[in-house]
Amino acid sequence: MALQSLDITRRSATTIPSPSQRQTPEVAKLIDISKCIGCKACQVACMEWNDTRDVVGTNHGVLDNPMDLSENSWTVMRYAEVQTDRGLEWLIRKDGCMHCANPGCLKSCPAPGAIVQYSNGIVDFHEENCIGCGYCITGCPFNIPRLSNKDSKVYKCTLCSDRVAVGLEPACVKTCPTGAIVFGTKEDMLHHAEGRIADLKSRGFADAGIYDPKGVGGTHVMYVLQHADRPALYCGLPKDPSIGAMVGLWKGAAKPLASFALAAGALGAFLHYVTKGPNKVSEEIEKEFENEK
Amino acid sequence: MKNDQNTIIRYTPSERANHWVSAITFILLALSGLALFHPAFYPLTQFFGGGVWTRILHPFIGIVMAISFSIMFSSFRQLNVMTPADREWLGHVREIAAGNERNMPESGKFNGGQKVVFRLMVSCMVLLILSGIVIWRSYFAFMFPRAVIRLSSVVHAVSATIMIAVIMFHIYAGIWTKESIDAMLYGRVRRAWAKQHHAAWFRQMTGGK
Repeated sequence: MALQSLDITRRSATTIPSPSQRQTPEVAKLIDISKCIGCKACQVACMEWNDTRDVVGTNHGVLDNPMDLSENSWTVMRYAEVQTDRGLEWLIRKDGCMHCANPGCLKSCPAPGAIVQYSNGIVDFHEENCIGCGYCITGCPFNIPRLSNKDSKVYKCTLCSDRVAVGLEPACVKTCPTGAIVFGTKEDMLHHAEGRIADLKSRGFADAGIYDPKGVGGTHVMYVLQHADRPALYCGLPKDPSIGAMVGLWKGAAKPLASFALAAGALGAFLHYVTKGPNKVSEEIEKEFENEK
Repeated sequence: MKNDQNTIIRYTPSERANHWVSAITFILLALSGLALFHPAFYPLTQFFGGGVWTRILHPFIGIVMAISFSIMFSSFRQLNVMTPADREWLGHVREIAAGNERNMPESGKFNGGQKVVFRLMVSCMVLLILSGIVIWRSYFAFMFPRAVIRLSSVVHAVSATIMIAVIMFHIYAGIWTKESIDAMLYGRVRRAWAKQHHAAWFRQMTGGK
């Protein structure tokens, strides 16, 4: 639902300005992976607040449960055991929508208002406008949206836009027992991350850093990584995500160029007709056949 | 016109029926496809019962057109082999566009321009069918990696734009060349028309009379 207290910066498949009279500060969720103990309380809180219930799955012999995001699991913990120069490390990443400043899903969506970006930076799906085409899945650089078989609508993390609208933190932040997930203005979160990174560096994580990828204009969900030089260690977190040339072409230049070309073609044909006239059988040939009769 | 001695059969009833199945499905595909391509055309979804129905119907209409177009392809394929005379015809295309037919070489059942249109349509249809399968989210898209889906989305949009432009040209040629639409509506054309526009075919059909 479009919440009146959250003004809109961008709206999918819309070429006119959205209601944007008021400016709200940009918010961000900061996930400090070095503090995460993998308890999955955030998964539970997410399901509880949003009232989603995934099907009971099967044990795959690993801690990941469920194994992937779904229309009912908007966040999942991904567990990686990796060998680094520090020995065996257990890197646990809370996966979910990154709320990109330049969202590939919103750019790809053909249904007006099915995806909106509030001025606070949250990217939200409005399922009542969704047509179920899956273009957002094609456009997302992080492979986040999931299409429901039940209603053919896509679902993903809302960053608890309904809670944020009334001044609360997202449910996962509220519940995190170690304070690995914090929430506030993006500015404050970047400042908070600096302190965490300095601490990690002092403890021997020379490459500790923030994950706020510039290729998508920065994100409103950020990570503090112990190994920011190698995000792929964290269950394939992309190093330099971006909307990509193909989606850029498809949803950028192609739209006005094709529309203009077709309109120009139609006008050209009409002008040809009124300037050159129709192509009729010549009088010469008509006479030839008249004589035959 | 059916009993008129001055007419020649150009298209059989089954060729005409199939052509119009392709034509109608194409119009529906172009309208629903444009609706999902640019927000300016999104209101066209109203013709199909809204956005969701447009998304559901478009690929199924595509299947109907793919079948109909394949039949049309096989029945006109041999008539569309490019000959040296067609190449010469294409060399003089500016003259015919200006309304001057004096230097045009004689055309068979289809002229060089029609053969170019045929080739463009066939190429676009192949690309549209292949890319359309890849981006059909309900049944096929999950089988393909995202890079392939993204490429297919671009291929589908570009080939559809070319296809729409070519069909617009095709429709305009039918309006501009008077009486040619009779061939596709009623199957027959006047002898004078045939001699004017497709002289080689006219001779072949009538022995020159």
